[in-house]
Amino acid sequence: MPKRLWSIAFAVAILTFACGGTPPAPATAGAQKNVGQVEFLSSQGQPAKEVQDMNSKVLAGFNGTVDFQSQPTGAQDVDKVLSQHQAGKSTIDVLALQHGDFTTLAAADALEDLTPLLQKLQKDRKFPAQLLSYGKFGSQKQYYIPWLQATYLMVVNKKALQYLPKGSDVNNLTYEQLISWGQAIEKARGEKLIGLPVAPGTKGGLMNRFLQGYAYPSYTGQTLVGFKSPDAVQMWQMLKRLWSVTNAQSTTYAYMQEPLQNGEVWIAWDHQARFADALNKLGDQFTVIPAPSGPKGLGYMSVAVGLAIPKGAPNRAGAEALIDYLTQAKQQAAAGSSLSFFPVIDGVNLTGSDVPSYLSAESAVASKYVANKKSVITLLPVGLGLKGDEFTLTYQDAFTRIILRNEDIQTVLNDDAAKLQQLVTTAKAACWPPDPPSSGPCQIK
Amino acid sequence: MLAYGCAVLITLFMLAPVYLIALAALSPTSAIFDYPHVVWPTGLSLENIWSFVTFQGVLPALGRSLVVGGITVVLSLLLGCPAGYAVARYNFRGRDLLQLVLVNVRAVPLIIISIPLLVTFIEWNLYDTVLSVALLHTAITLPFTVLLSASVFIRVPGELEEAAMSLGTRRFGAVIRVVLPNSITGLAAAALFAFVTSWNEVFAATVLTQKSTTLPAQVVSQLSVSPLPFRFAGGLALTLPAFVFIFFMRPYLFSAFRVGAP
Amino acid sequence: MAPAVVFMLVFLGWPMINALLIAFQSAAGDFTLDNVQRLFRDTDFGLAVRNTFLLLAIVIPLEFTLALVMAVVAQSRVRGRDFFLYVWSFPLAISDLAAGLVWLAVFTQHGYLNSILQSLHLIQHPIGFLNYNNLAGLVLAVVLAETWRSISLVMVVVMSGIQSIPAELGEAAEIMGAGAWRRFRSVTLPLLKPTLQVGLILRTTAAFQVFAVVLALTGAGLPVLATKTESWVYEARNYQMGAVYAVLLLLLSTLTTLIYLNALRTPRAVFQR
Repeated sequence: MPKRLWSIAFAVAILTFACGGTPPAPATAGAQKNVGQVEFLSSQGQPAKEVQDMNSKVLAGFNGTVDFQSQPTGAQDVDKVLSQHQAGKSTIDVLALQHGDFTTLAAADALEDLTPLLQKLQKDRKFPAQLLSYGKFGSQKQYYIPWLQATYLMVVNKKALQYLPKGSDVNNLTYEQLISWGQAIEKARGEKLIGLPVAPGTKGGLMNRFLQGYAYPSYTGQTLVGFKSPDAVQMWQMLKRLWSVTNAQSTTYAYMQEPLQNGEVWIAWDHQARFADALNKLGDQFTVIPAPSGPKGLGYMSVAVGLAIPKGAPNRAGAEALIDYLTQAKQQAAAGSSLSFFPVIDGVNLTGSDVPSYLSAESAVASKYVANKKSVITLLPVGLGLKGDEFTLTYQDAFTRIILRNEDIQTVLNDDAAKLQQLVTTAKAACWPPDPPSSGPCQIK
Repeated sequence: MLAYGCAVLITLFMLAPVYLIALAALSPTSAIFDYPHVVWPTGLSLENIWSFVTFQGVLPALGRSLVVGGITVVLSLLLGCPAGYAVARYNFRGRDLLQLVLVNVRAVPLIIISIPLLVTFIEWNLYDTVLSVALLHTAITLPFTVLLSASVFIRVPGELEEAAMSLGTRRFGAVIRVVLPNSITGLAAAALFAFVTSWNEVFAATVLTQKSTTLPAQVVSQLSVSPLPFRFAGGLALTLPAFVFIFFMRPYLFSAFRVGAP
Repeated sequence: MAPAVVFMLVFLGWPMINALLIAFQSAAGDFTLDNVQRLFRDTDFGLAVRNTFLLLAIVIPLEFTLALVMAVVAQSRVRGRDFFLYVWSFPLAISDLAAGLVWLAVFTQHGYLNSILQSLHLIQHPIGFLNYNNLAGLVLAVVLAETWRSISLVMVVVMSGIQSIPAELGEAAEIMGAGAWRRFRSVTLPLLKPTLQVGLILRTTAAFQVFAVVLALTGAGLPVLATKTESWVYEARNYQMGAVYAVLLLLLSTLTTLIYLNALRTPRAVFQR
C-alpha cells in the first residue's frame, strides 16, 4: 500500500495551503497570482525521503505553499473527508487517493465535479481515456483527474539468471517455470532464494495484492468472484509449490528491496516503488522483469492515483492551480521520480539526469503488461471504504492458514470467502475489473 | 573470580547490540548490505545520521519527547510518592485490594485504552498536544511508582520518623528529613523508570498525536517504512538521550552499593 | 493517596472499563457473546496462547536468575563495578523499535550472527533463525531480544531490594559459619520475597503484552496474544475483537498475579521491629 499512500500523501500535502501559514513572498510580476496555502491530503505514512523529495523537487516550484499531510491508509483518509463532509466543513483542498478509495466519496457526493478543469487541462495535454473514464465512476461527472499510476513487478539479481531453466524466457515466464527456476537454484546452492512479501499487517508486505491482482487473475481470470472456485484451488496448490522454494524468512519481509540488497533473496515480487532504493543504489546487480502468467493469462494490477477536490474546499482556486501544476509534463516526471510512480500524461520523457534510470526500466516492464495480448488487468478493490483494511487482512489470513499452517484449501477458502462477502456487502461495493460488473454488492460464487 | 567472569560475560551481552547499532548507523550506507558483515568498523561515515537528523520534523519531535518525559517524571513522583507512603505506613481497609488493583492496572494492553482515551482527549481539546501524551504516560507509570516507593518506604523504620516527630517536627517534616534521604535510591529508580517508559512509549503517542508527535512515534510512522540505514540512524538517535539520563542518575541509583556489603 | 487514585481512575480506569465492555458488544452495540466465540475460533489463537506461555516460561526465570546474579555481583567488591552497572542499564534506554531493529540485524539470514558463524567456517549455509517454521530459532531470537531489552528493569528492582537488606544479618550469618551460598539461600532470598513478588507480577503482566519485539523479529512467524490484539485494533480496527483479547489478557494477568501473591506471601511482621 505504501505506494498508493504516496500519491495520496502527496496530494494531501499539496492541498494544505492552510490559511495562516507564513505569508509567501509576493509574486513577481508576470507570475501567476500566488494562490496561498493549499491543503493536500494523501494516505499513508510514506517513506520519509519520498515526502522530502516531493516537497523539494516537485512542490517547491509551485506558486503557493503546499502543506502535505498523510494518514496511514486510504481508509483513514476517506474517513477524514467523509466526517468533514458530514460536518459541512472541509479543511482539505486537494485529495490524492487511489481509484478505489474515491468510490465511497463519489457516492456520498463529497467531491466537486472537475469537468471544467479537465477541459481546460486537455487543451495542452493528453490523459489516457481509460483512466479518465475510471474517474467518472459511471456518471457524467469527472470526480478525479488522473495523476500517477503504478504497478507491481519482479526484480531479479543477475546472479540468478544462470540457473534459469532452458527454454524459459525471463521476460515471459509462467508460474510453473518460476517454480522450476527456484528449484534449480536450491539444488545448485542449497538456499531458497525466491522472496515474497509476507510480513503481516496493513503496513506489512503486499501479499494481498499479489493474490488479488496476480495469482488469482492468472488462474481464474477473475479477482474476487472466483475466490473459492476450483481454479482458485489450483492456484493455491501452485502457490504451495512456489512457497517450497521460497525463502522461509519471507514472513518478515515487508519491503523486498532489503533482502534483495543484502543477498537473502535473488528473485522478488513487490510494488514498483518498494524496489526504488535497491535499484537506485545497486542497479547494475539487478534486472526488472514482468510477473509470471498462468493458465488464464498474465494477471497484473494497476494502481491509478487521482487528484480530487472535496466539496467546500477552502481554497478552490489554489486547488485547481495545484492540479494543473501536477499534471504538467515536468512535474509528472519529477513526481514520478520522487514517488517511483509513472506519469499518466502521454509523452512524458522518463530520461534525463533528474529521473532515476530504473524508472524507465520499470516503465518498460509496465508496457509489456499492457502490450501482452493475454493480460488480465485488475484494479485495486473499489468501493470498500472503511472496510478496505479488513479486506486486506482476510487475504493475508487465507495465506497464513493455507500456506503457513497447512490447513485444507477448500475449507479455508470457504471460511474466508464468507468473511469477504460480508465485508463487501456491508460496504455495498459492486464488482470491479476484471470481474463482470454487478448491479448490487459483488457476489462471490 | 567467578563473579568477575560473570560480570564480563553479561556486560558483553549488553554491549553487543548497542555496539552493532552504532556500527550500522555510523558506517557508510553500503556496508549495511554486505554479507558476510564485518563486525568492526570499515570506515566511519556520518551520512546515515546526518540524513536522519536533517529530516524534517525529527529535531522538534526529539524536543517534545524530552518535555513529555520530564512532565511524566514530575507528575508520577508527585502523585506516586504520597500514595506509596500511605501504602507503606497506614494499614487501611482495602490496602491489599488496592495493591492488587494497582498491579493489574497494567494488565490491559495500552492499545485498548488508547482509543477511548483519544475520544476523551478530543473532547477536552487536548488532542495532538504534548500534555495528553504526558498524562497518559503518567497514568502508565503511576502504579509502578506507587509500588516501588512503597516498598522503599517500608524499609525505612517507622521509629526513625517517630523519633524525629518526638523532637518537635510534624509528620510532613519528618518525612522530608528522615524518610526521603534514606529512600533516594529507590525513588531514583522510580524516576528513571518513569522517564524511560515515557521516552520509549510509542503506540499511545502515535494514536494521540498527529503533528506534535514524540520522537518514537515519528520514527515509527515515518521511518519504519524507510530504508534500513535510515532506521539504524533513527534507532541510535532514539537511545542517546536516555543514555545521558542514566549517566546522571547513576550516582543516586547505585550509591547504596558504595556503602558496601560484606 | 487520593490524588494518585483519582488520576489513575480517570486516565486508566475509565477507558479500561469502557474498552472492556466493548468486548461483549456487537458493532451495533447490543450485548452478545459472538466475539468470545470468534476468539476461540480465530486463526492462530491456539498458537498464540501456546507461544505466549512458552515465551513467559523461558524469559521470566531467565531474567530473574540473571538479575539475581547481577545483583550479587554488584554487591561484591568487583573491580570496575561502577562501569558494569552503567553498561547494564543501557538496555533501559533502548526503545522497542531500536531493540527489534538490532536483533533483527543479528538474526536475519544475512545478518551478524550468520556472518560470524560463516566466517569461522562453522556453517556452510546461513541458518534461517527467523524462518516461519523454525520454532526453536524464533524462540531463541525473541527470548534473547526480550531478555536483553528488559533485564535492566528487573535488575534495578532486584537491586533496590537487595540493597535494603541490612548488612548485619549477613554478617551474623557469616560469623555463625554459613558459606556464601547458604547465606544467599537463607538470608537474602527470603528477605527479597516482597521485592521479587512485585517484580514478578509487574514483569509477567508486561510480558503478556510484549509484541513489538516479536513483530519486528518474526513477522507472522510467531503469533502471540499481544500481536493478535494489536492486529485487531490497529489493523482491522475491529475494537470488539481487540477488546475480547484484552479481557483474556487481563484474566491471565490476574491469575498469575494471584499465584505470585499466594506463593510469595510475606507476613508484614517481618519488617516491623
